Formats: sequence, C-alpha cells, structure tokens
Amino acid sequence: MGAPRPHLDGTEAELIRRVCEGDKEAFYGLVRPYERAVYTAAVLILNNPADAEEVAQEAVLKAFSNLARFRGEAKFSTWLIQITMNEARMRLRKDRRHLYESVDEQKTDEEGEYFPKDFADWREIPSETLQRKELGQALKAAIAALPLKFREVLILRDIQNRSTEETAQILGITEGNVKTRLLRARLQVRDALAPGIDGSWTAGASQYRKVRPW
Amino acid sequence: MSVIEISCVEVWREISNYIDDSIDPELRARMEAHFRVCAHCTAVLDGTKNVVKLVADGVEYELPEGFSERLQNKLKNK
Repeated sequence: MGAPRPHLDGTEAELIRRVCEGDKEAFYGLVRPYERAVYTAAVLILNNPADAEEVAQEAVLKAFSNLARFRGEAKFSTWLIQITMNEARMRLRKDRRHLYESVDEQKTDEEGEYFPKDFADWREIPSETLQRKELGQALKAAIAALPLKFREVLILRDIQNRSTEETAQILGITEGNVKTRLLRARLQVRDALAPGIDGSWTAGASQYRKVRPW
Repeated sequence: MSVIEISCVEVWREISNYIDDSIDPELRARMEAHFRVCAHCTAVLDGTKNVVKLVADGVEYELPEGFSERLQNKLKNK
C-alpha cells in the first residue's frame, strides 16, 4: 500500500483502501459497476449461464482475497476481468478433461490464414429475411462456435470495447496476437452470419443487391 | 495520384485493422483504391463492419435474478 496507483480513479482507490483496512462491505461497491461485464465474459467463455454465475462469483471472491496484492499497475476493472477470464478458462479446461479426456485443446484453432468463405452462397438472396431476434440468436451462436482463443479476444475488444493494449495485457499475449485473432474472429462470425448480413436482416433486398452487385 | 495495387488476400489480412483505423495512411489509400474496384472485398468489408457493430450492440447478458444478493452474501461470509 502507499505506492502510486496511476490507473485508479479516486473513488476506487478510496474503496480499495477501506477494504484493505478491514471494511469488507466496501468491496461490493468496488465490483458492482463491473458485475455485468464479469458475468457476460463468463457466459461467453463457458457457453453456459449456470456455470457462468458460479465462475463469475468465484472470480469476484478471488479478487477480494487477493486485493492486497493488487498494485494498481492496471485498472481495477482490467485486473478483475483478468481474474474472471482465468477462472473461466480453468473451469473450461476441467470440464473438457472430464468430458473428452483424450481430446487435446482444439487443434483446429491455429492462427493460420483465414479467408472469407462464403462468396458462392452470397450470390443467392436469402429466401426469408430473418427477424432481429433470430439475428441476435444467430450472433450468439456464431460467437459460441468460435475457438476459445478467438472468442476471448472478440469478447474483450468488440463486446467490452477494451483497447488492443488492455486486451493483450488481460490475456498475456502480444498486441500483434490480439489483432490477428480479432481479424479471425470477426471474419469467422461474418461467415457464420452470411448470407443474412450486410443489411438483408434489417433492410430489403434492394440493399442486398447494392452490396453484392455481381 | 496512383497507388500501388494490393491483392484481395492482402486486403482480407488487414481488413480488421482497417476498420479499427490502425493502419498507416499509405496502406489505407491502397485498400480504398482496391475497394473501389473490387465488389467481393467491399462485401467482406461491409459484412465485417456490420459484425463489429452487431457484436457491440447486441451481445448482452442480463444478470440472473438474485445474482447481486447471492454475491453480497458470499462476500459477507468470506
């Protein structure tokens, strides 16, 4: 304690000081603004809302137990989400070992080149326009289908709107890795949503033809 | 002004950085020249932009009923 904490705003620094001095109740005030981000990250990593609550709460409890070790090199929310991602990964690993003992970590998720795949399909105008609810479901399914290493970058960058630098810090990878994985995640989600993307979900066929004039 | 041509594969490789505006102006100019003449890459660009927008707007999970109360109880018992 007492070291400079350049990333902390005054309120957070004050709450942390109070918790470290024994005011346990102050800790909930510290995490409350991030509860939903923590839970959403856990749902998207685990693809399972029931496990997500448990993991999200374990992550918060772990942050509480380790608060004295938080030095403020990062923002509190960065640190908290980092703990959450680690908890969620550990749970996933445990479950996977249990379910498919001999299956190695997804071997198909190499960071090789990924090219858009759906040009042929996109020549066809979809027979029916999907409703927004269906679009939301399709989107969540497309994200769930991403290999973990691409999914976690998409969660941090595009869902939680964190910077490349912060994402790299949370995941312990380089900024170059973040960019490569984000590209892959975005292209793969786009392919999964094709051919309804590019407006045909929300606009009519004229919009669709404008985007694909060939 | 003429710009050095760029292939579709190179455009796809940089399309995410293009959307995030994290490429240098020279590459941006080459990509923009490519988009003007390549309908496939323009479709990939528009689709990817839409994905970014959709993901930012559309992926939210409400906290389960009672989540905060359960969390506060666990914290009290720590």
